[in-house]
Amino acid sequence: MNEELFSWNNLLFGIYPYVCLSVFVIGSWVRFDREQYGWTSASSQLLSTGGMRWASNLFHVGVLAIFGGHFVGLLTPHSWFLKVMGDIQHQYLAIIMGSIFGAMALIGGLILLGRRFTNRRISATSRTSDKFVLTWIMATLAIGLATIPVSMGHAGHGDPRVVTAMAEWIQSIIYLYPNPAYLEGVDTIFKLHVFFGMTVFLVFPFTRLVHVWSAPFGYITRSYQIVRSKKLKYQNR
Amino acid sequence: MKVRAQFAFVFNLDKCIGCHTCSVTCKNTWTNRKGVEYVWFNNVESKPGIGYPKQWENQEKWKGGWTLNGGKLELKSGGRMSKLLNIFANPDLPQIDDYYEPFTYNYARLQNAPLSEAAPTARPLSMITGDPMEKITWGPNWEDDLAGEFSKRSVDKNLDNIQKDMLGQFENTFNLYLPRICNHCLNPACVAACPSGSLYKREEDGIVLVDQDKCRGWRFCMSACPYKKVFYNWESGKAEKCIGCYPRVESGMPTVCSESCVGRIRYNGIMLYDADRIEEMASMTNEQDLYEAQCKIFLNPHDPAVIAAAKAEGINEDWIIAAQKSPIYKMAIDWKIAFPMHPEFRTLPMVWYIPPLSPVQSQIDQGNLPVGPDGAIPQAGTMRTPIKYLANLFTAGKEAPILSSLNRLIAMRSYQRSVHVEGKADTRALDAAGITEDQAKEMYRYLAIANYEDRFVIPTGHEEERMDDAYGFQGQNGFTFGNDSSAGISKITMFPRRRKETPEPAALAPSADK
Repeated sequence: MNEELFSWNNLLFGIYPYVCLSVFVIGSWVRFDREQYGWTSASSQLLSTGGMRWASNLFHVGVLAIFGGHFVGLLTPHSWFLKVMGDIQHQYLAIIMGSIFGAMALIGGLILLGRRFTNRRISATSRTSDKFVLTWIMATLAIGLATIPVSMGHAGHGDPRVVTAMAEWIQSIIYLYPNPAYLEGVDTIFKLHVFFGMTVFLVFPFTRLVHVWSAPFGYITRSYQIVRSKKLKYQNR
Repeated sequence: MKVRAQFAFVFNLDKCIGCHTCSVTCKNTWTNRKGVEYVWFNNVESKPGIGYPKQWENQEKWKGGWTLNGGKLELKSGGRMSKLLNIFANPDLPQIDDYYEPFTYNYARLQNAPLSEAAPTARPLSMITGDPMEKITWGPNWEDDLAGEFSKRSVDKNLDNIQKDMLGQFENTFNLYLPRICNHCLNPACVAACPSGSLYKREEDGIVLVDQDKCRGWRFCMSACPYKKVFYNWESGKAEKCIGCYPRVESGMPTVCSESCVGRIRYNGIMLYDADRIEEMASMTNEQDLYEAQCKIFLNPHDPAVIAAAKAEGINEDWIIAAQKSPIYKMAIDWKIAFPMHPEFRTLPMVWYIPPLSPVQSQIDQGNLPVGPDGAIPQAGTMRTPIKYLANLFTAGKEAPILSSLNRLIAMRSYQRSVHVEGKADTRALDAAGITEDQAKEMYRYLAIANYEDRFVIPTGHEEERMDDAYGFQGQNGFTFGNDSSAGISKITMFPRRRKETPEPAALAPSADK
């Protein structure tokens, strides 16, 4: 932490990440434990299915790929990364993959956003949180895409410092040794993107986003038919 | 042999008058809630017609049920990987307009409209958006009593291999009612298609349920069910379906649709079957063998070996006795007059139907149509409803079993007519149809008289067997410690809440005193 007692940088990138992660984990846990009936993807395809094939697939594939990219790109220890590629290559890879999947998520997301607000049925049956969370994700995505030209500029000068600083910062958070000073020299647009991104985790447990936890991979190995006995319910107590 | 018990139904279409009492009692009991306004666990359709949702029988369109993939049973909509790849947008999902946009009326307007020359009208309001609707275009029985143009109704899948042009003419038209609920199949496609594993079949009575806590709204059950009897509650984001009225059935009562049926057409009973043979029997290469295959899966509840095996599985004596007295067994197996609907969907459905006879009497009086040996009652093949149509509905197109069933129903009538009109028993029709006099008498008792205790043979759920300490369990349902029985104590919650109950304006009528 910085020596100063209070700075916005410390608050936003030293304390706020922990608030977001705590709420994300504990909130999801509490909701899963107490509010299973509300735990759902809240699909609206029944009410309007037109265009969903393209929009929903583009959006979901794009967003999931971007999440995976951030996860691998930022949380892999620097020394491991250097065994595979240099920092500049890392940065170009991030720019290319980010552009491809970012564009997919943007196109799909914009169609979904339009549908969410202008389709009469979808708009009327949307909860405030449904509209908020989609808008917020799209804003995060837009800011994230806006960092690409800045990042290209840095890469053009052979300067990988922003990417490494971001990775070091997020790893300092994960290792519980927060060092917000890493972000002090970083362009504002990156910081804005980080703030928006962290906030997604903050609101996660209170919105339909919880369905991400329930991605049904177990289905692949499950037998088709399920028979349950009422007896077990009592015997297992 | 793995003996399991199944709570099963027979609907006697010959007596269905299309009054929709079953639909209404079911609706009022189970689906009069937000998000399921469009849902009818029980609906009655007029056939021929395309039904609710539109063209539900057309599996080229909806990809419901099972298919044989190189001799192996596979979901028609694709296997497990294809489900996961399509999870973001289900390509086979019906839209709500295929069912209908649910509506109410602006009733308040009738009370608070200003004074005017013409009487005020209550316009329909969408139950989804709350907006006024210009036109209501579909419903759970939109083609009621052959309403609408024949050209539109004749898209009915059951007319596919029938010369249908002629059937559009008034003299050749025919109509039958088809009450439909969840079939509580032995090989349910909805269960198989659920990625989260929230749908399941109950071991005790075979009722198929959706675990409301486990459902994540992936909505593959809706498209996988070939009968389109799993629905999506857009308020809760969960799948809902007919629950076989299990709270009633567990205490020995018939389902609410069956109990309220004014025509007494519904029968509830227990069937014992061999769970080890499900896959084998659902995998018949020839679709027309599926009806007979399903008959073979059922076990004779009088067979000592079956009784012993059932007891070994922990099936209560009470249930075995119920299976022996089962009206379903009598109709499906002993008399062979009831059939599963669309066995070609390969789900082994457990709501069976007695095909309806249809009227031709006036033409017989004119000597136009052949009659049976009694000279009064026509032969099955001469009735208005084409045998082929019934066969397409119940036996994947195989006509012989349908013809035999209708002939037995006719023979029973012919016999009873001889007894009551001629004063002496004439068994010629019975002999021709292959049933004995005793069977005919019993059929008459079950089908014509249809006493309550014959229609409903339902053992209780034997809750006491499942619990180690039944006494300790008393008082455990209902209000509990903590939040179990409420939506929480505080009005404030950070998690999503239910939406407003109805879009219908409830403005009070102005006071008459002014």
